[in-house]
Amino acid sequence: MLPVVWAGLIAFAVLAYVLLDGFDLGVGILFTMERRDEDRDVMLNSVAPVWDGNETWLVFGGGGLFAVFPLAYGVILPALYPAIIAMLLALVFRGVGFEFRFRAVSQRGRAWWDRAICAGSMLAAFCQGLVLGGLLQGIRVQDRVYAGGWWDWLTWFTVLCGVAVVVGYTLQGACWLIWRCDGALQQRARGYARVSAVTMLAFIVVVSLWTPLLNPTFSERWFSWPGIALTSPVPILVALVALLFWRGLSRRHDFTPLLCVQAWFVLCYAGLGISLWPLMVPPDITIWDAAAPPSSQAFLLVGAVVLIPIILVYTGYAYWVFRGKVQPGMHYH
Amino acid sequence: MPGAEAVDLARAQFAFTIGFHIVLPAFTIGLASYLAVLEALWLASGRQVYRDVLQYWLRVFAVVFGMGVVSGVVMAYEFGTNWARFSDKAGPVIGPLMGYEVMTAFFLEAGFLGILLFGRERVGRGVYFVATLLVATGTLISAFWILAANSWMQTPQGYTLTPDGRFLPTDWWQIIFNPSFPYRLVHMVIASYLSVAFVVGAVGAWHLLRDAQNQAARLMFSMAMWMALVVAPIQVLAGDQHGLNTRQYQPAKIAALEGDWETQPGTPLILFGMPDMAKERTDWAVEIPHLGALVLTHSWNGAVEGLKAFPPQDRPNSPVTFWAFRIMVGLGLLMVAVGVWAAWLRVRGRLYVSRWLLRAVIAMGPSGFIALLSGWTVTEVGRQPFTVYGLLRTADSASPVGLPGVAVSLAAFVVVYAIVFGTGLLFVLRLMRRPPTIGETGPQAGVPVRSAGITPAAALRDAP
Repeated sequence: MLPVVWAGLIAFAVLAYVLLDGFDLGVGILFTMERRDEDRDVMLNSVAPVWDGNETWLVFGGGGLFAVFPLAYGVILPALYPAIIAMLLALVFRGVGFEFRFRAVSQRGRAWWDRAICAGSMLAAFCQGLVLGGLLQGIRVQDRVYAGGWWDWLTWFTVLCGVAVVVGYTLQGACWLIWRCDGALQQRARGYARVSAVTMLAFIVVVSLWTPLLNPTFSERWFSWPGIALTSPVPILVALVALLFWRGLSRRHDFTPLLCVQAWFVLCYAGLGISLWPLMVPPDITIWDAAAPPSSQAFLLVGAVVLIPIILVYTGYAYWVFRGKVQPGMHYH
Repeated sequence: MPGAEAVDLARAQFAFTIGFHIVLPAFTIGLASYLAVLEALWLASGRQVYRDVLQYWLRVFAVVFGMGVVSGVVMAYEFGTNWARFSDKAGPVIGPLMGYEVMTAFFLEAGFLGILLFGRERVGRGVYFVATLLVATGTLISAFWILAANSWMQTPQGYTLTPDGRFLPTDWWQIIFNPSFPYRLVHMVIASYLSVAFVVGAVGAWHLLRDAQNQAARLMFSMAMWMALVVAPIQVLAGDQHGLNTRQYQPAKIAALEGDWETQPGTPLILFGMPDMAKERTDWAVEIPHLGALVLTHSWNGAVEGLKAFPPQDRPNSPVTFWAFRIMVGLGLLMVAVGVWAAWLRVRGRLYVSRWLLRAVIAMGPSGFIALLSGWTVTEVGRQPFTVYGLLRTADSASPVGLPGVAVSLAAFVVVYAIVFGTGLLFVLRLMRRPPTIGETGPQAGVPVRSAGITPAAALRDAP
């Protein structure tokens, strides 16, 4: 029972990361599309007070995996070594860029950090997609350690997943800007959202059709009874949300597009869960195989049950404090 | 590095990334508490100078905190990338401690950091003060958990071993409050406070040399010198106690850092010398008879085990720990001396004008961080050749990742960290070069707002 609860909690942490840091990274990816310094300031300022908390979910996902599924942690990270290291380095550039661009004295210095934010965000998103794809296509394990080579993970499928995540985060970022900005910038963000949404839908279709081919268990689950009763609502809901998204976008709603995009991510994530359950590391390691001893899982669960609701409350408060449209050129003092 | 193995490079990578990282949390631990104290003093007294100094350091805090976060994320994943076997075996014990660190500290810091940096005009005074307190508390909670984890690796207890060599936690109270934890926690938190005190003191001194009447610089310098007077001696005592604890649980580490090879009653204290691992002796040793026994056993004729009492394959590196330890202790004693010197000048009413003291404190600006890195070198190199002391060898902890992979990633870390943290250091120095002025505005100055809706009307209109 404990491994099931923890699998749920880790999944929740990773989902929280994707939904929250997703738009941070998306704003970063779109960053250099905007030419005017003023617009760039607004874009960064819209996420500056919250990005740090958003990235903490990634630390929680990684640290949590280490704590409660150490085998999975110790297998996945070496298997995807280059992708993980590249992601971490990319996040370094993205993270320091927030402060550094405001501290740079010369225009050239600032332009350099602007590019670092954009490239860092893009590379981090791409690597996260690689990790997702690499996990889905399976990892070779022998005697509790990774038994494959350097580039086992590098396939057309993982690259596709990488690009898909970049597109998905871009869409999230665009919709975040629609919500938090106004004027011409908001208008352009609607354009970015339109293009990336179409691309994103195409990627959802391709990845969804490809994933079942990777592993017979996946395809059995998706296309045969009784699995299909559980799986068929997923594509239907994706289509329904797409309709709501286009309606919201064309009627110039501020918040509906972001809400719909996040719903897409939740649905895709649920689809992944359906494919993988109860595997933690395909093709063989289940959540029970990977689980830490019950004393570890129970000890951390006590804290998680009490603390995660509190974390959600004050994180919500932090968002609420910085609510509203971000205006250019306004000073605080 | 000819002849190097993957595990050596993995160690180099860990040492490099943690060495860069640890300075930043130490900086934020000390600075966050300092900011909370300044905010409290400002609220209590209403004196503008407290708020000016707070805003001045808040800019530095923003830069340092950002670098600390990104270098910390690397650490959270490095256990898996380079130390997968350690993760599988010791993860059940170490992992939950780090899980608690994330849940009790990282989220707390991150949640209220935004308010601390950008929210003064958006929340009331009470909420703002609570935010400063919570960020400071978060940094201390973080220190609590990470030092519990590190100390357990030094002095493990509260576990059983499975036949395949994995650690199963049995008693979490014993795991967290393991024998070396209280000493290490106290020593590290004080070290963070002292490091920041000397940075703040050096910045104050720098600006006092140019304008002895700058009130904010005076406040910085005065507070820093009080810290040096009161806290530096406490740190010496804490370090002494920590040493006694280490002697009890990790005698090989003590032998290595003292450069002692033979076990003899009335062990001398080797002031300086050149320990040689191959020849099993310390050349050119300058010794004080009986002092080693006096310091480490608190008795005249006590005996400290020498390195020869341990099999060669279980000995930590003596030259590295020996010299790192001497750098740390030397700097610690200098800090005490500076504190006393400053107190003497304060009594004589010359604290802010003695140019020699001001110059000395500027020179001592980075001393806390150097001492801190030296201390961690002693404790980590002294734990070798084990990751979990006496139980799990470093060679059996590494990932099955080959030499080229670790080498390339190490090179990438070196290049990226040099660029990023080099630039960060430049920005921090540039911020500190600017004299503190009346009406400091904090991180927002000159930077467009982070968000709108300050007025109630705007807030109502924009409410989601």
